[in-house]
Amino acid sequence: MAAPILDVLSVTKTFGGLTAVRAASFDVAEGSITGLIGPNGAGKTTMFAVIAGFETPTEGSVRYRGVDVTGLDVHRRAALGIARTFQIVQPFAGLTVRENIAVGAYLRHRERRRAHEMAAKVAEGVGLSSMLGQSASELTAAGRKRLELARALATEPQLLLLDEVLAGLNPSEIRDMIPVIRVIQQSGVTILMVEHVMQAVMSLCQHIHVLAEGQIIARGTPSAVSRDPRVIEAYLGHGAAKRPHGGESAHA
Amino acid sequence: MKGASWLSIGVVAAMLVALPLLLTSNVALNFITFAGIITLAAQGWNILAGYGGQFSFGHAAFFGTGAYAMALLQVRLGLNPWLALPIAIAIGGVVGFLIGALSFRARLRGSYFALVTLAFAEVLRILTNALSFTGGAAGVLIPLRVGSDNMQFRDARVLCWLVLAFVVGALCLTYAIARSRFGAYLVAVRENEDAARALGVDTFLVKLKAITVSAMLTAAAGCLYAQKSLYLDAGIGFGPWISIDALLAPIVGGIGTVFGPLVGAAALLGLGEVTKTLIASLTGGAAPGVDLIVFGALLILSVAFAPQGLMGLVRVLRPASKGGA
Repeated sequence: MAAPILDVLSVTKTFGGLTAVRAASFDVAEGSITGLIGPNGAGKTTMFAVIAGFETPTEGSVRYRGVDVTGLDVHRRAALGIARTFQIVQPFAGLTVRENIAVGAYLRHRERRRAHEMAAKVAEGVGLSSMLGQSASELTAAGRKRLELARALATEPQLLLLDEVLAGLNPSEIRDMIPVIRVIQQSGVTILMVEHVMQAVMSLCQHIHVLAEGQIIARGTPSAVSRDPRVIEAYLGHGAAKRPHGGESAHA
Repeated sequence: MKGASWLSIGVVAAMLVALPLLLTSNVALNFITFAGIITLAAQGWNILAGYGGQFSFGHAAFFGTGAYAMALLQVRLGLNPWLALPIAIAIGGVVGFLIGALSFRARLRGSYFALVTLAFAEVLRILTNALSFTGGAAGVLIPLRVGSDNMQFRDARVLCWLVLAFVVGALCLTYAIARSRFGAYLVAVRENEDAARALGVDTFLVKLKAITVSAMLTAAAGCLYAQKSLYLDAGIGFGPWISIDALLAPIVGGIGTVFGPLVGAAALLGLGEVTKTLIASLTGGAAPGVDLIVFGALLILSVAFAPQGLMGLVRVLRPASKGGA
Protein backbone atom coordinates (compact mmCIF):
# COMPACT_ATOMS: atom_id res chain seq x y z
CA MET A 1 0.00 0.00 0.00
CA ALA A 2 1.27 3.45 -0.94
CA ALA A 3 1.86 6.16 1.64
CA PRO A 4 -1.41 7.72 2.80
CA ILE A 5 -2.34 11.03 1.16
CA LEU A 6 -4.86 11.68 3.92
CA ASP A 7 -4.73 10.82 7.61
CA VAL A 8 -7.71 11.42 9.85
CA LEU A 9 -6.48 11.18 13.42
CA SER A 10 -9.09 10.49 16.12
CA VAL A 11 -11.43 13.21 14.97
CA THR A 12 -14.36 14.08 17.20
CA LYS A 13 -17.00 16.59 16.18
CA THR A 14 -19.82 17.63 18.46
CA PHE A 15 -22.69 19.97 17.69
CA GLY A 16 -23.99 21.14 21.05
CA GLY A 17 -24.91 17.92 22.84
CA LEU A 18 -24.80 15.79 19.72
CA THR A 19 -21.65 13.89 18.87
CA ALA A 20 -21.65 13.45 15.10
CA VAL A 21 -18.20 11.87 14.87
CA ARG A 22 -16.47 10.15 17.79
CA ALA A 23 -12.70 9.58 17.78
CA ALA A 24 -12.69 8.39 14.17
CA SER A 25 -9.33 7.54 12.61
CA PHE A 26 -8.65 6.33 9.12
CA ASP A 27 -6.37 6.98 6.20
CA VAL A 28 -6.61 7.07 2.43
CA ALA A 29 -3.85 5.54 0.32
CA GLU A 30 -2.49 7.66 -2.49
CA GLY A 31 -3.92 6.70 -5.86
CA SER A 32 -6.76 4.65 -4.43
CA ILE A 33 -10.51 4.89 -4.53
CA THR A 34 -11.49 4.58 -0.90
CA GLY A 35 -15.06 4.31 0.29
CA LEU A 36 -16.58 5.78 3.41
CA ILE A 37 -19.89 4.09 3.99
CA GLY A 38 -22.38 3.81 6.79
CA PRO A 39 -26.07 4.10 7.53
CA ASN A 40 -27.89 7.42 7.44
CA GLY A 41 -26.80 9.75 10.22
CA ALA A 42 -23.52 7.93 10.76
CA GLY A 43 -21.51 11.14 10.42
CA LYS A 44 -20.15 10.71 6.90
CA THR A 45 -21.07 14.16 5.67
CA THR A 46 -19.72 15.72 8.87
CA MET A 47 -16.50 13.79 8.29
CA PHE A 48 -16.27 15.24 4.78
CA ALA A 49 -16.92 18.73 6.09
CA VAL A 50 -14.06 18.28 8.57
CA ILE A 51 -11.66 16.99 5.90
CA ALA A 52 -12.51 19.79 3.46
CA GLY A 53 -12.36 22.45 6.16
CA PHE A 54 -16.00 23.49 6.38
CA GLU A 55 -16.07 22.31 10.00
CA THR A 56 -13.32 22.44 12.58
CA PRO A 57 -13.07 19.21 14.56
CA THR A 58 -13.75 19.45 18.29
CA GLU A 59 -10.78 17.13 18.82
CA GLY A 60 -8.26 15.38 16.63
CA SER A 61 -6.57 16.44 13.44
CA VAL A 62 -6.49 16.01 9.68
CA ARG A 63 -3.20 15.50 7.87
CA TYR A 64 -2.78 15.88 4.13
CA ARG A 65 0.48 14.49 2.73
CA GLY A 66 1.80 14.43 6.29
CA VAL A 67 1.04 18.12 6.92
CA ASP A 68 -1.48 19.13 9.55
CA VAL A 69 -4.24 21.06 7.76
CA THR A 70 -6.75 21.09 10.63
CA GLY A 71 -6.61 24.86 11.02
CA LEU A 72 -6.54 25.75 7.32
CA ASP A 73 -9.47 27.48 5.68
CA VAL A 74 -11.42 25.73 2.91
CA HIS A 75 -9.92 27.73 0.03
CA ARG A 76 -6.36 27.09 1.27
CA ARG A 77 -7.04 23.35 1.27
CA ALA A 78 -8.44 23.61 -2.24
CA ALA A 79 -5.21 25.32 -3.29
CA LEU A 80 -3.25 22.43 -1.75
CA GLY A 81 -5.21 20.00 -3.90
CA ILE A 82 -8.23 18.90 -1.86
CA ALA A 83 -11.52 19.26 -3.75
CA ARG A 84 -15.00 18.19 -2.79
CA THR A 85 -18.45 17.81 -4.25
CA PHE A 86 -21.61 18.47 -2.27
CA GLN A 87 -24.24 15.86 -1.55
CA ILE A 88 -26.90 18.45 -2.31
CA VAL A 89 -25.57 19.92 -5.54
CA GLN A 90 -24.61 23.58 -5.32
CA PRO A 91 -24.47 24.92 -8.86
CA PHE A 92 -23.97 28.61 -9.58
CA ALA A 93 -27.49 28.62 -10.98
CA GLY A 94 -27.29 31.97 -12.76
CA LEU A 95 -24.19 30.99 -14.73
CA THR A 96 -23.62 28.78 -17.74
CA VAL A 97 -22.04 25.35 -17.41
CA ARG A 98 -18.82 26.77 -18.87
CA GLU A 99 -18.73 29.63 -16.36
CA ASN A 100 -19.48 27.22 -13.51
CA ILE A 101 -16.54 24.98 -14.36
CA ALA A 102 -14.30 27.97 -15.10
CA VAL A 103 -14.63 29.17 -11.49
CA GLY A 104 -12.85 25.96 -10.50
CA ALA A 105 -10.33 26.27 -13.35
CA TYR A 106 -9.39 29.82 -12.33
CA LEU A 107 -7.69 28.35 -9.26
CA ARG A 108 -4.69 27.28 -11.37
CA HIS A 109 -5.22 29.42 -14.49
CA ARG A 110 -5.40 33.13 -13.93
CA GLU A 111 -6.21 34.00 -17.54
CA ARG A 112 -9.79 33.86 -18.74
CA ARG A 113 -8.91 32.12 -22.00
CA ARG A 114 -6.89 29.39 -20.27
CA ALA A 115 -9.57 28.88 -17.61
CA HIS A 116 -12.23 28.48 -20.28
CA GLU A 117 -10.03 26.03 -22.22
CA MET A 118 -9.55 24.02 -19.06
CA ALA A 119 -13.31 24.12 -18.42
CA ALA A 120 -14.00 22.74 -21.90
CA LYS A 121 -11.44 19.98 -21.38
CA VAL A 122 -12.92 18.94 -18.03
CA ALA A 123 -16.46 19.10 -19.44
CA GLU A 124 -15.43 16.65 -22.13
CA GLY A 125 -14.15 14.21 -19.53
CA VAL A 126 -17.46 14.12 -17.66
CA GLY A 127 -19.66 14.27 -20.76
CA LEU A 128 -20.91 17.85 -20.49
CA SER A 129 -19.30 19.17 -23.69
CA SER A 130 -22.56 19.74 -25.52
CA MET A 131 -24.01 21.72 -22.61
CA LEU A 132 -21.23 24.26 -22.07
CA GLY A 133 -23.36 27.21 -23.19
CA GLN A 134 -26.44 26.18 -21.24
CA SER A 135 -27.47 27.73 -17.98
CA ALA A 136 -26.67 25.48 -15.04
CA SER A 137 -30.26 25.80 -13.87
CA GLU A 138 -31.44 24.06 -17.06
CA LEU A 139 -29.51 20.85 -16.34
CA THR A 140 -31.19 17.60 -15.31
CA ALA A 141 -30.42 16.02 -11.93
CA ALA A 142 -27.82 13.80 -13.59
CA GLY A 143 -26.36 16.80 -15.42
CA ARG A 144 -26.02 18.72 -12.17
CA LYS A 145 -24.17 15.81 -10.57
CA ARG A 146 -21.76 15.83 -13.50
CA LEU A 147 -21.36 19.59 -13.20
CA GLU A 148 -20.61 19.22 -9.49
CA LEU A 149 -17.91 16.71 -10.40
CA ALA A 150 -16.56 18.83 -13.27
CA ARG A 151 -16.19 21.93 -11.13
CA ALA A 152 -14.23 20.04 -8.50
CA LEU A 153 -12.04 18.43 -11.18
CA ALA A 154 -11.32 21.81 -12.76
CA THR A 155 -9.37 22.76 -9.63
CA GLU A 156 -6.97 19.95 -10.63
CA PRO A 157 -7.15 18.21 -7.26
CA GLN A 158 -4.92 15.46 -5.95
CA LEU A 159 -7.51 14.30 -3.44
CA LEU A 160 -11.13 14.35 -4.54
CA LEU A 161 -13.91 13.97 -1.98
CA LEU A 162 -17.10 12.72 -3.62
CA ASP A 163 -20.18 13.10 -1.45
CA GLU A 164 -22.87 10.85 -2.93
CA VAL A 165 -22.36 11.81 -6.56
CA LEU A 166 -24.50 8.83 -7.58
CA ALA A 167 -27.44 9.51 -5.28
CA GLY A 168 -30.63 10.34 -7.15
CA LEU A 169 -29.41 8.87 -10.44
CA ASN A 170 -31.24 6.03 -12.20
CA PRO A 171 -29.44 2.72 -12.83
CA SER A 172 -28.39 3.59 -16.37
CA GLU A 173 -27.07 6.97 -15.30
CA ILE A 174 -25.10 5.21 -12.55
CA ARG A 175 -23.67 2.80 -15.12
CA ASP A 176 -22.57 5.83 -17.17
CA MET A 177 -20.98 7.53 -14.21
CA ILE A 178 -18.87 4.64 -12.86
CA PRO A 179 -16.36 4.65 -15.75
CA VAL A 180 -16.05 8.44 -15.41
CA ILE A 181 -14.97 8.04 -11.80
CA ARG A 182 -12.57 5.24 -12.74
CA VAL A 183 -10.94 7.40 -15.42
CA ILE A 184 -10.45 10.18 -12.86
CA GLN A 185 -8.57 7.74 -10.61
CA GLN A 186 -6.49 6.50 -13.52
CA SER A 187 -5.44 10.07 -14.23
CA GLY A 188 -3.73 10.03 -10.83
CA VAL A 189 -6.36 11.55 -8.56
CA THR A 190 -6.98 9.88 -5.21
CA ILE A 191 -10.69 9.55 -4.47
CA LEU A 192 -12.51 9.28 -1.17
CA MET A 193 -16.18 8.64 -1.73
CA VAL A 194 -19.22 8.62 0.47
CA GLU A 195 -21.78 6.51 -1.31
CA HIS A 196 -25.00 4.63 -0.63
CA VAL A 197 -25.14 2.91 -3.99
CA MET A 198 -23.44 -0.33 -2.93
CA GLN A 199 -23.13 -1.70 -6.44
CA ALA A 200 -20.86 1.25 -7.24
CA VAL A 201 -18.93 1.06 -3.98
CA MET A 202 -18.27 -2.64 -4.48
CA SER A 203 -17.05 -2.23 -8.03
CA LEU A 204 -15.01 0.96 -7.57
CA CYS A 205 -13.41 0.94 -4.13
CA GLN A 206 -10.20 -0.85 -3.22
CA HIS A 207 -10.70 -0.13 0.44
CA ILE A 208 -13.67 0.76 2.59
CA HIS A 209 -14.11 2.36 6.01
CA VAL A 210 -17.45 1.89 7.71
CA LEU A 211 -18.78 4.64 9.92
CA ALA A 212 -21.71 4.00 12.27
CA GLU A 213 -22.93 6.31 14.98
CA GLY A 214 -19.86 8.45 14.50
CA GLN A 215 -17.32 5.66 14.95
CA ILE A 216 -15.29 3.60 12.52
CA ILE A 217 -16.59 0.07 13.11
CA ALA A 218 -14.94 -1.81 10.27
CA ARG A 219 -12.44 -1.44 7.48
CA GLY A 220 -11.08 -3.59 4.69
CA THR A 221 -11.77 -4.70 1.16
CA PRO A 222 -15.34 -4.38 -0.13
CA SER A 223 -16.02 -8.11 0.06
CA ALA A 224 -14.61 -8.43 3.58
CA VAL A 225 -16.56 -5.44 4.81
CA SER A 226 -19.83 -6.64 3.29
CA ARG A 227 -19.51 -9.92 5.18
CA ASP A 228 -18.59 -8.29 8.48
CA PRO A 229 -21.36 -8.97 11.01
CA ARG A 230 -20.87 -5.58 12.69
CA VAL A 231 -21.48 -3.84 9.39
CA ILE A 232 -24.60 -5.84 8.65
CA GLU A 233 -25.93 -5.07 12.11
CA ALA A 234 -25.20 -1.38 11.73
CA TYR A 235 -27.26 -1.29 8.55
CA LEU A 236 -30.05 -3.70 9.34
CA GLY A 237 -30.29 -3.68 13.11
CA HIS A 238 -29.33 -5.97 15.91
CA GLY A 239 -29.39 -9.66 15.11
CA ALA A 240 -29.64 -9.14 11.38
CA ALA A 241 -26.29 -10.82 10.76
CA LYS A 242 -27.57 -14.13 12.07
CA ARG A 243 -30.39 -14.30 9.52
CA PRO A 244 -29.58 -16.04 6.25
CA HIS A 245 -28.49 -13.86 3.29
CA GLY A 246 -28.32 -10.81 5.52
CA GLY A 247 -25.25 -9.62 3.68
CA GLU A 248 -26.78 -9.34 0.25
CA SER A 249 -29.65 -7.16 1.39
CA ALA A 250 -27.31 -4.51 2.76
CA HIS A 251 -28.19 -2.12 -0.02
CA ALA A 252 -29.90 0.58 2.01
CA MET B 1 -20.56 39.21 -20.89
CA LYS B 2 -24.31 39.69 -21.16
CA GLY B 3 -24.51 41.96 -24.14
CA ALA B 4 -21.57 44.25 -23.38
CA SER B 5 -18.39 44.33 -25.43
CA TRP B 6 -15.58 46.80 -25.99
CA LEU B 7 -17.38 47.78 -29.17
CA SER B 8 -20.69 48.53 -27.47
CA ILE B 9 -18.89 50.47 -24.74
CA GLY B 10 -17.13 52.49 -27.44
CA VAL B 11 -20.43 53.29 -29.15
CA VAL B 12 -22.06 54.31 -25.86
CA ALA B 13 -19.00 56.41 -24.97
CA ALA B 14 -19.20 58.25 -28.30
CA MET B 15 -22.89 58.93 -27.74
CA LEU B 16 -22.25 60.23 -24.24
CA VAL B 17 -19.47 62.52 -25.39
CA ALA B 18 -21.73 63.91 -28.13
CA LEU B 19 -24.57 64.67 -25.71
CA PRO B 20 -23.28 68.02 -24.38
CA LEU B 21 -22.79 69.15 -28.00
CA LEU B 22 -26.39 68.39 -28.96
CA LEU B 23 -28.17 69.47 -25.81
CA THR B 24 -26.64 72.76 -24.85
CA SER B 25 -29.30 74.31 -22.64
CA ASN B 26 -28.32 74.75 -19.02
CA VAL B 27 -31.22 72.58 -17.87
CA ALA B 28 -30.09 69.75 -20.15
CA LEU B 29 -26.43 70.03 -19.14
CA ASN B 30 -27.38 70.06 -15.47
CA PHE B 31 -29.49 67.00 -15.98
CA ILE B 32 -26.79 65.08 -17.87
CA THR B 33 -24.15 65.98 -15.29
CA PHE B 34 -26.37 64.93 -12.41
CA ALA B 35 -27.46 61.71 -14.15
CA GLY B 36 -23.78 60.94 -14.82
CA ILE B 37 -22.93 61.40 -11.16
CA ILE B 38 -25.78 59.09 -10.12
CA THR B 39 -24.65 56.56 -12.76
CA LEU B 40 -21.17 56.57 -11.29
CA ALA B 41 -22.46 56.04 -7.74
CA ALA B 42 -24.78 53.33 -9.02
CA GLN B 43 -21.98 51.58 -10.92
CA GLY B 44 -20.11 51.37 -7.62
CA TRP B 45 -23.12 49.78 -5.97
CA ASN B 46 -23.55 47.46 -8.96
CA ILE B 47 -20.06 45.99 -8.60
CA LEU B 48 -20.59 45.07 -4.96
CA ALA B 49 -24.27 44.13 -5.07
CA GLY B 50 -25.02 43.34 -8.70
CA TYR B 51 -21.93 41.20 -9.30
CA GLY B 52 -21.01 40.26 -5.74
CA GLY B 53 -24.50 39.85 -4.28
CA GLN B 54 -23.65 41.95 -1.21
CA PHE B 55 -26.58 44.36 -0.97
CA SER B 56 -25.65 47.65 0.60
CA PHE B 57 -28.24 50.14 1.83
CA GLY B 58 -25.54 52.58 2.81
CA HIS B 59 -23.55 53.67 -0.23
CA ALA B 60 -24.14 57.19 1.05
CA ALA B 61 -21.22 56.42 3.38
CA PHE B 62 -18.89 56.34 0.36
CA PHE B 63 -20.58 59.12 -1.60
CA GLY B 64 -20.45 61.42 1.43
CA THR B 65 -16.87 60.47 2.24
CA GLY B 66 -15.81 61.34 -1.30
CA ALA B 67 -17.80 64.58 -1.34
CA TYR B 68 -16.65 65.78 2.07
CA ALA B 69 -13.03 64.74 1.49
CA MET B 70 -13.06 66.66 -1.80
CA ALA B 71 -14.49 69.76 -0.12
CA LEU B 72 -12.48 69.67 3.11
CA LEU B 73 -9.15 68.94 1.40
CA GLN B 74 -9.68 72.20 -0.51
CA VAL B 75 -11.23 74.32 2.21
CA ARG B 76 -9.28 73.16 5.26
CA LEU B 77 -5.97 72.09 3.72
CA GLY B 78 -5.95 74.36 0.70
CA LEU B 79 -5.28 71.56 -1.79
CA ASN B 80 -5.89 72.02 -5.47
CA PRO B 81 -9.07 70.13 -6.50
CA TRP B 82 -7.20 68.15 -9.17
CA LEU B 83 -4.97 66.82 -6.39
CA ALA B 84 -7.85 66.51 -3.93
CA LEU B 85 -9.83 64.34 -6.35
CA PRO B 86 -7.59 61.23 -6.34
CA ILE B 87 -6.93 61.60 -2.61
CA ALA B 88 -10.66 61.80 -1.88
CA ILE B 89 -11.32 58.74 -4.02
CA ALA B 90 -8.60 56.87 -2.14
CA ILE B 91 -10.11 57.92 1.20
CA GLY B 92 -13.44 56.58 -0.04
CA GLY B 93 -11.70 53.30 -0.81
CA VAL B 94 -10.20 53.15 2.68
CA VAL B 95 -13.63 53.71 4.25
CA GLY B 96 -15.03 50.94 2.05
CA PHE B 97 -12.17 48.64 3.00
CA LEU B 98 -12.72 49.27 6.73
CA ILE B 99 -16.50 48.81 6.62
CA GLY B 100 -15.97 45.68 4.52
CA ALA B 101 -13.27 44.28 6.80
CA LEU B 102 -15.49 44.75 9.86
CA SER B 103 -18.71 43.40 8.44
CA PHE B 104 -17.32 40.57 6.29
CA ARG B 105 -14.97 39.46 9.06
CA ALA B 106 -18.08 39.20 11.25
CA ARG B 107 -19.56 37.05 8.43
CA LEU B 108 -22.52 39.37 7.92
CA ARG B 109 -24.63 38.43 4.92
CA GLY B 110 -27.87 39.44 3.29
CA SER B 111 -30.10 41.74 5.28
CA TYR B 112 -27.63 41.90 8.17
CA PHE B 113 -24.96 43.30 5.90
CA ALA B 114 -27.49 45.71 4.38
CA LEU B 115 -28.52 47.00 7.80
CA VAL B 116 -24.93 47.45 8.95
CA THR B 117 -24.05 49.50 5.89
CA LEU B 118 -27.13 51.63 6.51
CA ALA B 119 -25.98 52.11 10.10
CA PHE B 120 -22.47 53.16 9.02
CA ALA B 121 -23.92 55.75 6.65
CA GLU B 122 -26.20 57.12 9.34
CA VAL B 123 -23.38 57.30 11.89
CA LEU B 124 -21.26 59.24 9.39
CA ARG B 125 -24.19 61.56 8.61
CA ILE B 126 -24.76 62.33 12.30
CA LEU B 127 -21.04 62.80 12.99
CA THR B 128 -20.68 65.12 10.01
CA ASN B 129 -23.65 67.10 11.22
CA ALA B 130 -22.13 67.43 14.71
CA LEU B 131 -18.42 68.07 14.12
CA SER B 132 -17.17 71.59 13.57
CA PHE B 133 -14.34 70.31 11.33
CA THR B 134 -16.93 69.31 8.74
CA GLY B 135 -18.86 72.55 9.10
CA GLY B 136 -21.55 71.02 11.30
CA ALA B 137 -25.16 71.63 10.42
CA ALA B 138 -24.23 74.71 8.39
CA GLY B 139 -22.37 72.53 5.93
CA VAL B 140 -19.29 73.38 3.94
CA LEU B 141 -18.96 75.81 1.07
CA ILE B 142 -16.25 75.50 -1.57
CA PRO B 143 -15.32 79.10 -2.47
CA LEU B 144 -16.18 80.12 -6.00
CA ARG B 145 -12.92 80.59 -7.93
CA VAL B 146 -13.69 79.94 -11.54
CA GLY B 147 -10.81 78.55 -13.53
CA SER B 148 -10.05 75.19 -15.09
CA ASP B 149 -6.94 74.84 -12.92
CA ASN B 150 -9.42 75.00 -10.04
CA MET B 151 -11.88 72.51 -11.57
CA GLN B 152 -14.55 75.19 -11.80
CA PHE B 153 -15.42 75.74 -15.42
CA ARG B 154 -16.95 78.77 -17.11
CA ASP B 155 -18.43 76.41 -19.70
CA ALA B 156 -20.82 73.96 -17.98
CA ARG B 157 -20.09 71.41 -20.71
CA VAL B 158 -16.57 70.83 -19.42
CA LEU B 159 -17.67 69.54 -16.02
CA CYS B 160 -20.30 67.50 -17.83
CA TRP B 161 -17.55 65.93 -19.97
CA LEU B 162 -15.43 65.28 -16.91
CA VAL B 163 -18.34 63.43 -15.31
CA LEU B 164 -19.02 61.50 -18.52
CA ALA B 165 -15.34 60.56 -18.74
CA PHE B 166 -15.65 59.01 -15.29
CA VAL B 167 -18.84 57.21 -16.38
CA VAL B 168 -17.06 55.75 -19.41
CA GLY B 169 -14.12 54.79 -17.21
CA ALA B 170 -16.51 53.03 -14.84
CA LEU B 171 -18.11 51.15 -17.75
CA CYS B 172 -14.67 49.97 -18.90
CA LEU B 173 -13.67 49.01 -15.38
CA THR B 174 -16.89 47.06 -14.81
CA TYR B 175 -16.53 45.24 -18.12
CA ALA B 176 -12.89 44.40 -17.40
CA ILE B 177 -13.83 43.09 -13.95
CA ALA B 178 -16.69 41.02 -15.36
CA ARG B 179 -14.25 39.26 -17.70
CA SER B 180 -11.50 38.72 -15.14
CA ARG B 181 -10.87 36.00 -12.60
CA PHE B 182 -11.86 38.44 -9.88
CA GLY B 183 -15.19 38.98 -11.65
CA ALA B 184 -15.83 35.26 -11.98
CA TYR B 185 -15.06 34.80 -8.29
CA LEU B 186 -17.32 37.72 -7.40
CA VAL B 187 -20.25 36.20 -9.26
CA ALA B 188 -19.49 32.80 -7.72
CA VAL B 189 -19.68 34.39 -4.26
CA ARG B 190 -23.04 35.90 -5.19
CA GLU B 191 -24.41 32.61 -6.48
CA ASN B 192 -23.17 30.28 -3.76
CA GLU B 193 -20.54 31.17 -1.23
CA ASP B 194 -19.88 27.66 0.10
CA ALA B 195 -19.45 26.24 -3.38
CA ALA B 196 -17.05 29.08 -4.19
CA ARG B 197 -14.95 28.33 -1.10
CA ALA B 198 -14.76 24.66 -2.04
CA LEU B 199 -13.32 25.71 -5.41
CA GLY B 200 -10.53 27.64 -3.76
CA VAL B 201 -12.08 31.11 -3.68
CA ASP B 202 -11.02 33.26 -0.73
CA THR B 203 -14.49 34.74 -0.34
CA PHE B 204 -13.49 37.23 2.34
CA LEU B 205 -10.76 38.70 0.17
CA VAL B 206 -13.01 38.81 -2.90
CA LYS B 207 -15.73 40.69 -1.02
CA LEU B 208 -13.19 43.02 0.52
CA LYS B 209 -11.74 43.89 -2.89
CA ALA B 210 -15.24 44.41 -4.27
CA ILE B 211 -16.36 46.79 -1.55
CA THR B 212 -13.12 48.78 -1.89
CA VAL B 213 -13.51 49.24 -5.66
CA SER B 214 -17.21 49.89 -5.20
CA ALA B 215 -16.57 52.54 -2.56
CA MET B 216 -13.95 54.25 -4.75
CA LEU B 217 -16.37 54.59 -7.65
CA THR B 218 -19.15 55.93 -5.44
CA ALA B 219 -16.70 58.27 -3.71
CA ALA B 220 -15.68 59.59 -7.14
CA ALA B 221 -19.35 60.40 -7.72
CA GLY B 222 -19.37 62.27 -4.42
CA CYS B 223 -16.25 64.26 -5.40
CA LEU B 224 -17.80 65.35 -8.67
CA TYR B 225 -21.04 66.23 -6.93
CA ALA B 226 -19.17 68.44 -4.46
CA GLN B 227 -17.36 70.17 -7.30
CA LYS B 228 -20.59 70.70 -9.21
CA SER B 229 -22.69 72.15 -6.41
CA LEU B 230 -19.81 73.69 -4.40
CA TYR B 231 -21.92 73.20 -1.29
CA LEU B 232 -22.46 70.21 0.99
CA ASP B 233 -24.29 69.43 4.17
CA ALA B 234 -24.62 66.14 6.02
CA GLY B 235 -28.01 65.39 4.50
CA ILE B 236 -26.72 65.84 0.96
CA GLY B 237 -23.46 63.96 1.45
CA PHE B 238 -24.55 61.10 3.69
CA GLY B 239 -28.36 61.23 3.35
CA PRO B 240 -30.34 58.11 2.44
CA TRP B 241 -31.34 59.65 -0.92
CA ILE B 242 -28.05 58.71 -2.55
CA SER B 243 -28.04 55.20 -1.06
CA ILE B 244 -31.47 54.74 -2.62
CA ASP B 245 -30.57 56.26 -6.00
CA ALA B 246 -27.42 54.15 -6.13
CA LEU B 247 -29.37 50.92 -5.73
CA LEU B 248 -32.51 51.91 -7.60
CA ALA B 249 -30.72 52.74 -10.85
CA PRO B 250 -29.04 49.32 -11.26
CA ILE B 251 -32.17 47.45 -10.16
CA VAL B 252 -34.32 49.28 -12.71
CA GLY B 253 -31.62 49.21 -15.37
CA GLY B 254 -30.38 45.67 -14.91
CA ILE B 255 -28.53 44.37 -11.88
CA GLY B 256 -25.15 42.80 -12.49
CA THR B 257 -24.86 44.15 -16.04
CA VAL B 258 -22.33 46.65 -17.40
CA PHE B 259 -24.89 49.12 -18.75
CA GLY B 260 -27.61 48.58 -16.13
CA PRO B 261 -26.73 51.54 -13.88
CA LEU B 262 -26.45 53.93 -16.85
CA VAL B 263 -29.75 52.83 -18.39
CA GLY B 264 -31.47 52.83 -15.00
CA ALA B 265 -30.20 56.26 -13.96
CA ALA B 266 -31.22 57.77 -17.30
CA ALA B 267 -34.68 56.17 -17.13
CA LEU B 268 -35.31 57.03 -13.48
CA LEU B 269 -34.06 60.60 -13.52
CA GLY B 270 -35.50 61.24 -16.97
CA LEU B 271 -38.98 60.13 -15.99
CA GLY B 272 -38.67 62.01 -12.71
CA GLU B 273 -37.83 65.23 -14.56
CA VAL B 274 -40.60 64.75 -17.09
CA THR B 275 -43.15 64.17 -14.34
CA LYS B 276 -41.99 67.19 -12.38
CA THR B 277 -42.23 69.40 -15.45
CA LEU B 278 -45.64 68.02 -16.42
CA ILE B 279 -47.11 68.47 -12.94
CA ALA B 280 -45.68 71.96 -12.72
CA SER B 281 -47.18 73.01 -16.07
CA LEU B 282 -50.53 71.36 -15.34
CA THR B 283 -51.03 72.71 -11.83
CA GLY B 284 -49.06 75.90 -12.26
CA GLY B 285 -46.90 75.11 -9.25
CA ALA B 286 -44.10 72.71 -8.36
CA ALA B 287 -44.97 69.49 -6.56
CA PRO B 288 -41.83 68.52 -4.66
CA GLY B 289 -41.37 64.80 -4.20
CA VAL B 290 -43.50 63.78 -7.14
CA ASP B 291 -40.43 62.25 -8.81
CA LEU B 292 -40.06 59.97 -5.78
CA ILE B 293 -43.54 58.60 -6.49
CA VAL B 294 -42.35 57.82 -10.01
CA PHE B 295 -39.24 56.10 -8.60
CA GLY B 296 -41.43 53.97 -6.35
CA ALA B 297 -43.77 53.02 -9.17
CA LEU B 298 -40.83 52.15 -11.44
CA LEU B 299 -39.25 50.00 -8.74
CA ILE B 300 -42.48 48.06 -8.24
CA LEU B 301 -42.95 47.65 -11.99
CA SER B 302 -39.41 46.49 -12.60
CA VAL B 303 -39.37 44.05 -9.69
CA ALA B 304 -42.75 42.62 -10.73
CA PHE B 305 -42.35 42.50 -14.50
CA ALA B 306 -38.65 42.84 -15.28
CA PRO B 307 -36.60 41.39 -12.43
CA GLN B 308 -33.55 41.61 -14.72
CA GLY B 309 -34.21 45.28 -15.31
CA LEU B 310 -34.41 47.13 -18.60
CA MET B 311 -31.27 45.35 -19.84
CA GLY B 312 -33.11 42.08 -19.20
CA LEU B 313 -36.02 43.29 -21.31
CA VAL B 314 -33.63 44.03 -24.16
CA ARG B 315 -32.38 40.46 -23.94
CA VAL B 316 -35.91 39.04 -23.89
CA LEU B 317 -36.84 41.04 -26.98
CA ARG B 318 -33.67 39.96 -28.79
CA PRO B 319 -33.13 36.33 -27.82
CA ALA B 320 -30.86 35.63 -30.79
CA SER B 321 -27.74 36.89 -29.02
CA LYS B 322 -27.05 33.82 -26.93
CA GLY B 323 -23.87 31.99 -25.89
CA GLY B 324 -20.45 33.34 -26.85
CA ALA B 325 -19.41 34.06 -23.28
